[in-house]
Amino acid sequence: MSERALQLRPMGLMWRDLRLLAGDIGLIAAKDLRIEWRARTTLGQVLPFALLVLVLFGFALNANRPTLELATPGLLWMTVLFATVVAVQRSVAVESIDGAGRMLLLSGMAPAAAFGGKALAVAVQLLAVAAVLLPGVVLLYGAEIESLPLAVVASLAATAGLAAAGSLLGAVVAGVRAHQTVLPILLLPVVAPVLIAATRAFEDALGTAAVNGWSWVGLLAGFTVVNVALGAVAYGPLMEEA
Amino acid sequence: MSAVRLEGAVVLLGRFPALAGADLSVDPGEVVLVRGPNGAGKSTLLHLCAGLLPLTEGRGEVLGCDLGADRAAVRRRVGLLGHDTALYSELSPAENLDLWARASRVDTTGVPGALGRLGVPERLWAVPSTRLSAGQRRRVALAAIVVRRPELWLLDEPHAGLDTDGRELVSDLMSEAASAGAAVVLASHETGPADDLATRTVTMAGGTVGADAV
Repeated sequence: MSERALQLRPMGLMWRDLRLLAGDIGLIAAKDLRIEWRARTTLGQVLPFALLVLVLFGFALNANRPTLELATPGLLWMTVLFATVVAVQRSVAVESIDGAGRMLLLSGMAPAAAFGGKALAVAVQLLAVAAVLLPGVVLLYGAEIESLPLAVVASLAATAGLAAAGSLLGAVVAGVRAHQTVLPILLLPVVAPVLIAATRAFEDALGTAAVNGWSWVGLLAGFTVVNVALGAVAYGPLMEEA
Repeated sequence: MSAVRLEGAVVLLGRFPALAGADLSVDPGEVVLVRGPNGAGKSTLLHLCAGLLPLTEGRGEVLGCDLGADRAAVRRRVGLLGHDTALYSELSPAENLDLWARASRVDTTGVPGALGRLGVPERLWAVPSTRLSAGQRRRVALAAIVVRRPELWLLDEPHAGLDTDGRELVSDLMSEAASAGAAVVLASHETGPADDLATRTVTMAGGTVGADAV
């Protein structure tokens, strides 16, 4: 075999492995989203809950429009954070009912793929929540979107970070008896940087403060990369423990 | 080469030794019935052989894979039926088996045949599994094993919750698997159809495997 062919062979194998990994991530994400679509947790519980929180925040701030406009980015992402807790709890529960998670273990699938698929499904759900909340704050709080591209990119980066950190911590608490109460205690401090960065980015996108939103998007992307890497490495041992 | 070879296998669940020095050897084509009272360690033995539990002490080899070194390597080659069905409730039997096959890199064209073989009526193939009876879910869980055609069948109380037809079907499946060269280990604490099927019976008590009963 020529030297050139020998050099290409590992690249070919790596490309094949990446394709298989991507296929498995898609398989698990599609599975979780199909289950969510049937169970209607996001549509029937998370979205109405999130909208209700927005309305109640409005009451709490005495429907004071200038105050609401200023607080809109933070209120929006606090609401997405609450939705994250519910979505991750549901993602964990899906694997524990009737020992379903054993299927993933026995399939021999790479744990990184299982993690990626579950995180992707949570991210899609959170993105749907953010997509409903954004028009919600425009309608309820009178917010104005000055930079839609920044709002969209910040939402993508923030929901991906929340989903990655949430799925990782969901696996950490999966074997804990009181995981439903332990998860928020662990998750909320860990994702505080996402809340801060997404809020700052949205302050720029909604024009409520003079900040450089794109630099905060960079922080969101960094947070996401770190948590995806941690999840890809740690998910296997955590699945074994659960 | 033995399909299963355990020597002084110890498995700790927390600090409790669920297996306390178990010895077992199973050859391909054998149907070994593991008998014993509740808490004897039968389920732990099956989970160890499936590579789902770590070996704390002793030696263990399943299908040529060293359980102490890389227990994950054996998982794709075994089929395990536990007390639970390992099915996603919101997915239909066909969707569960399709997912199972794709995740295991097995041909999905065998899914309808497996469901038919286990006597799951076609009208139930697209119904969410949560709406099936316990016996029907058990049949679907067995169909998932059939789809994978494992080299080692690990069945925990496989006849439980099944009607007479279902019990006969399970017995036929095990016989066919053994005839095809697979090893079958089934755990049961009651006398019944498993006795006629087994080529060998071993008894467990207190986390150890006793002398062969047959």
